[in-house]
Amino acid sequence: MEYLTNFFLPSAESTYAANVDALFHFINIVSLILLVGITIAIIYFAIKYRRKSQEDTTPLITHNTTLEVTWTVIPLILILIVFGWGFNDYVEMRTPPANSYEVYVESFSFGWNFEHPNGIKESNNLTVPVGTPVRLIMRSRDGDVLHSFFVPQFRLKQDLMPNRNTYAWFEAKNTGQFVYFCTEYCGGGHSMMNGTVTVLTAAEFDEWNEEELGRDLDALPLAELGRLVYQQAGCQGCHSVDGSSRVGPTLQGLYMREREFTDGSTRIADEDYLIESILYPQELVNVGYPNNMPNIYQQTLSEREVLGLVEFIKELQ
Amino acid sequence: MEATTNGNGKTLKVRYFDIEENPETHYLNAEKGIKSWLFTVDHKRIGIMYLASIAFFFLIGGILALVLRTELLTPTENLMTAEQYNRVFTLHGAIMVFLFIIPSIPAALGNFLLPIMLGAKDVAFPRLNLASFWIYSIGALFTLASLAVNPIDTGWTFYTPYSVQTGSAVILMTFGVFIMGFSSILTGMNFIVTIHKLRAPGLTWGRMPLFLWAMYATSVIQVLATPVLAITLALLIMERTLGIGIFDPALGGDPVLYQHFFWFYSHPAVYIMIVPAFGVISELIGTFSRKTVFGYWAIAMSSLAIAFIGSLVWGHHMFVSGQSELSTVVFSFLTFFVGIPTGIKIFNWLATMHKGSIDMKTPMVYACMFLFLFTIGGVTGIMLGAISVNVHLHDTYYVVAHFHYVMMGGTVIAFLGGLHFWWPKMTGKMYNEFWGKIASAFIFVGFNLTFLPQFIMGSQGMPRRYYSYIEQFQTMHQLSTYGSYVLGVGFVIIAVYLAHSLVKGAQAPANPWGARSLDWMTSSPPDQHNFKYQPVVSNGAYDYHKPMADFTLGIAEDPAHHGHDDAVKVEAEKAEIR
Ligand code: HEC
Ligand code: HEM
Ligand SMILES: [Cu+2]
Ligand SMILES: [Cu+2]
Repeated sequence: MEYLTNFFLPSAESTYAANVDALFHFINIVSLILLVGITIAIIYFAIKYRRKSQEDTTPLITHNTTLEVTWTVIPLILILIVFGWGFNDYVEMRTPPANSYEVYVESFSFGWNFEHPNGIKESNNLTVPVGTPVRLIMRSRDGDVLHSFFVPQFRLKQDLMPNRNTYAWFEAKNTGQFVYFCTEYCGGGHSMMNGTVTVLTAAEFDEWNEEELGRDLDALPLAELGRLVYQQAGCQGCHSVDGSSRVGPTLQGLYMREREFTDGSTRIADEDYLIESILYPQELVNVGYPNNMPNIYQQTLSEREVLGLVEFIKELQ
Repeated sequence: MEATTNGNGKTLKVRYFDIEENPETHYLNAEKGIKSWLFTVDHKRIGIMYLASIAFFFLIGGILALVLRTELLTPTENLMTAEQYNRVFTLHGAIMVFLFIIPSIPAALGNFLLPIMLGAKDVAFPRLNLASFWIYSIGALFTLASLAVNPIDTGWTFYTPYSVQTGSAVILMTFGVFIMGFSSILTGMNFIVTIHKLRAPGLTWGRMPLFLWAMYATSVIQVLATPVLAITLALLIMERTLGIGIFDPALGGDPVLYQHFFWFYSHPAVYIMIVPAFGVISELIGTFSRKTVFGYWAIAMSSLAIAFIGSLVWGHHMFVSGQSELSTVVFSFLTFFVGIPTGIKIFNWLATMHKGSIDMKTPMVYACMFLFLFTIGGVTGIMLGAISVNVHLHDTYYVVAHFHYVMMGGTVIAFLGGLHFWWPKMTGKMYNEFWGKIASAFIFVGFNLTFLPQFIMGSQGMPRRYYSYIEQFQTMHQLSTYGSYVLGVGFVIIAVYLAHSLVKGAQAPANPWGARSLDWMTSSPPDQHNFKYQPVVSNGAYDYHKPMADFTLGIAEDPAHHGHDDAVKVEAEKAEIR
């Protein structure tokens, strides 16, 4: 039985997940009974009443009120049950407990930022404590498109829009790492917009908070800062570090390689080139790639962060 | 011999007519040359031109589907980049929906059959009918032009703000769809008027083949819902070209409003796709069970009920979009009620088979396949209607599997059944029954292998419109891809034996399946003006308990000109509904 449920659904890791699953299984079982019944009827009739001769005659049966009322009323009852059940659980999914821990979620093409009440910021990973209701206050970046936050193991999904907030909540039952996806189509990096929810015990969560709050970014070595920025500024959505092509070219082995551009020119990817292609991405466009790298990094990244990125890229040989 | 018919208050002189087998001249050879096709007002030729067009677009859409599946064989790049993949799935979806499935049964089979089934010479407005075809073609050209310019990458739903911001040729594409909408509206109007006005003497509403009821319900949706799509797309085009803020928040618009507008058309459009299929299935099951269709009125009225309720449920596509919780609850509640008339139909068809005389010819094989596959499509729809479960399944492969079970397992399978059923009528040739069954087996196996795994990976959490995926989903993706190849082979077999039948096929008799409706009471292929006489109907379309001869009555011309005079005087009878 457990094997069967795991075959259909990922493990249930939020407080309301089990209810959703129960309804899922209920509908499946009723459907299966119906489907098997219909299939048997088709096969049985096809064999029993197969045409024996071209002169076959058939009885005249136009309708049968009892039968017809039966097969209207029984499904009617079933759908009312299914509606009520789904409604009931939906109310729970939409009603966060009053004392929830609140996280601001920002989506952008192609990544996610999370901001905790104490000011800690994370990207493409959300860290939360176990057994605590977490309320998500979500919004897509100004001028960006729709995205949707989907954590299969929590049975949670909610779209994000640039012009207003949307909300969702969950309470994780167990510690662990749970993957989330973007489920509102948003362009080239849509299928790379995933990340993780990391659920820690209360003690681990406190420790993590202290560590994050105490961390002095200025003291980080450049390359490490660069890795952090790579993960947090959305580069990850478009550039891989393992050689595979995403929306943009991979950063692996990029340093000192010859690049070809759509205007026919070529250039060696030295430090200067890397800085320019981050700050002014529209100037030179690589052959075979769209010209859609965000032109925002002059404003959003500090000089040290850009240098960090360059050092980080240099180390990806 | 005694035959009664309502003659509109008049007494009609009717007599039996013999149906000519394999006539020398018929609609296919009555006129020659390319112009006799392109400028024809003959509904049959227009139907055939639609048939050729949709077959072409199904081929393109199908090839794109196989390309998609091949890309998904592994999570890494196989054939193309993410951008290209996004364009391909958008084109696949848009072509299948707007160019193939919406015109498939109504415009191709419907055009061919509707006037014949009514005993009419043509539709009410033959020129308008030709105009519909041309409008469709012009719309299709715009769509193809967008392919050449910069293939669109928004998904067939054109959601804002992405569709306002992307650099691809959104305007050309949406303009094409906008134009094709008019074709759909005009065809719908034409059919409604034709059914009201051109029924043969004695063909009361209660005697019409159920296919006509289905076409009627479909036409009503086409006329009422399509204008909203046109408005939505027009607004979208204005937003892109003039920068008027309607749907794009960057301009002060609202994306949820767009979704409401879009689905206000596109959910009813789902019924434009499936209701005609119901009509085909009623014909197939009645004919091959040689039995009166059980619950005639229930089936006829449930089509209208579906058309009505189906117009009130669009918000079920938006449970997690950010629409209000109250709307979500109301839309979920209403959604379930579409399930009732749909279920009634399935049970009625099964009851028709009960105690029938079932002949498992290829079209009937497809009808049985339809019952099985469409039931899966239907019950998974109930699953998606349940709000809490929908939150988990929305925009995953579960939805992809669900709508393929409905559109492909339902409509395409019914279309194939209908195509085989009426092929002899349309072409005058019989296809090869053996290969027909082989191909249907390929399609059944291939289809389920393609789409069953998608239910599983969807409920496991695999999102749709994904170019790449995490490793856990690879087995299911591979099964699905191999299934699509089997499916592809099935379609190739069909194409081959149908083409072969045109050249080498045996001559088809006028009524190869022993059916009773008027489409079989004329020669195969039909005369240029459908009938050589004006048919008169005195029985229901499924009155298999009456002798075949009762179905070939027609108005007797001046008997003096015909030597053999077996004209019967028919009792005048008040029209039931007219
Ligand atoms: C929306 C997707 C996207 C995001 C986000 C993005 N880039 Fe890019 N990037 C591209 C594309 C596409 C190209 C190739 C086209 C071009 O040369 O402009 C590119 C090119 C580059 C190049 C030149 C690569 C080469 O092979 O010549 C570098 C370096 C680069 N990006 C770094 C970054 C960094 C660092 C970030 C994060 C701060 C980032 N990108 C964010 C899409 C993106
Ligand atoms: C030949 C068999 C078919 C195969 C293998 C196939 C495969 C696919 C695939 C892989 C997708 C992309 C799914 C995603 O990532 O969201 C897709 C989407 C779609 N398909 Fe099919 N398909 C087939 C037939 C059809 C038919 C017959 C129709 C309709 C008549 C259809 C309508 C659609 C639609 C509307 C979409 C959604 C496109 C979008 O998300 O914008 N498909 N199909
Ligand atoms: Cu996305
Ligand atoms: Cu819908």
